[in-house]
Amino acid sequence: MQPRREQIGIGREKLQRIIELCKDVEEHSLDPFTVDVNEIIQIIREYFPAWEKPEDLCLDAEAINRLASVIKLQTDWVRHRSTSLYADPSLLQEKIRTAGKEELLNLFLKAWHPIVELEQITLNSLSEALRYWAALSPLKERWKDFPSPEFEAAPTSRNELVSQKILGEKAFTEELESLWKELKDAVRLRGVDGKISYWDFVGAETYEETAHRAFMVSFLVTYGYATLEVRPFEEKIYIKPFEKPLRRALKRQLVSVPIVVSREEWEKWRRDRTS
Amino acid sequence: MSKRKAYYAGKVKRAVHMLFFRRHKNPGVKGWELRRSLGSDYPKVLSILDEHLKALDLQVKTVFEDEKTPENPTLEQLDRAKFYVTLRGELTPKEAKMVGWRIDDLAGLAITISYILSKGGKAPRKEVEELLNEKLPGWRVGLNIDRYIRYGYLAQDGNEQLYLDWRTRAEVDLKALMALLLGAESESKSPNKVE
Repeated sequence: MQPRREQIGIGREKLQRIIELCKDVEEHSLDPFTVDVNEIIQIIREYFPAWEKPEDLCLDAEAINRLASVIKLQTDWVRHRSTSLYADPSLLQEKIRTAGKEELLNLFLKAWHPIVELEQITLNSLSEALRYWAALSPLKERWKDFPSPEFEAAPTSRNELVSQKILGEKAFTEELESLWKELKDAVRLRGVDGKISYWDFVGAETYEETAHRAFMVSFLVTYGYATLEVRPFEEKIYIKPFEKPLRRALKRQLVSVPIVVSREEWEKWRRDRTS
Repeated sequence: MSKRKAYYAGKVKRAVHMLFFRRHKNPGVKGWELRRSLGSDYPKVLSILDEHLKALDLQVKTVFEDEKTPENPTLEQLDRAKFYVTLRGELTPKEAKMVGWRIDDLAGLAITISYILSKGGKAPRKEVEELLNEKLPGWRVGLNIDRYIRYGYLAQDGNEQLYLDWRTRAEVDLKALMALLLGAESESKSPNKVE
């Protein structure tokens, strides 16, 4: 088993090296013939039966793909060499070094035929531009200020703000405190050991109301009005109110407790309650 | 003037307007633009214009999309090609100065183009800089290469590889340049003609 694992490791490394070599040739325009295609194909063939995992097969495919690009570069290279535009770069560098700047310039001027173009305004375009200018309305007219809408200022009532959803029916803290009070009463009447089942407190007649109560309870806990007691093995969650809000609660490292309040959970709670 | 002559005279004028005055960011007009404006016989119009320009030492230059120039181009190939008006003959070094080029810069361009050409159409910028550094002050080398790129003689990719760009293909007779450079050794023995 060990030699096979080792073989796979070596194979991966070799494929990575092949990919890097081909990349170098492509990106840094190295001589594509530095890559020995036959040798690489042999390596790829040798390790191919060992590949089982998809990532190894992907690596194998990438190596083949890179090799194909190098073969294309080799083809281009041969094609270029066979054209009249080919000159040995080292020979050309030598020529460039030995030739003077002025000599090079003279040679270039014999092969250079610069583009001719005119930058000139014509009478026709001038008269057209004048016609356009004459027809153009002044900026003041084009960018006329829109009259600002007039509003009549009048006092508004709290009920109007609530109906426009700007204010909730109760102020948030007010609602939070009344829920806290309700929690304490519920624990006193129905609770055991100063706590009450989470669902027994949060659950309401409608699902929407239940969701809203769950949302508010999350703030009760976060702001230190109450705490949660989670019993994972019993799959039960209890909520326990504090007599006074704990100020330090926010400074401590807080722990998030995700509680699913889905419609199914709510229906299950209602069924259990009625039975 | 015969009807036929008048017909072509009008089209030649329109072709002159299109080719001489720049219509886009870069000079040159695409074949399909000429076809739309001059009609499907625009190759004929261009050959008449080329004849007229001969006397002025100018020419209509066709640059095909592929690097190789087809012997008998099809209408489709012509439509995709770009047409320019270029100098037919040669500029003297004095004239080259007049069109805004310093001798050093132009010689640098010649070296850069021929080196890239000899490397099969692309070369690392670093290698070109090293080559230019032999005859140009270091601070000018980078500036010059950037200028060649800006003018459209060269293009550079993300890997700092330099390529020949549209203006080189339009303005430089690459075959002639290579032939001249490779024959430079024998010419360099003859007296320098630079004024």
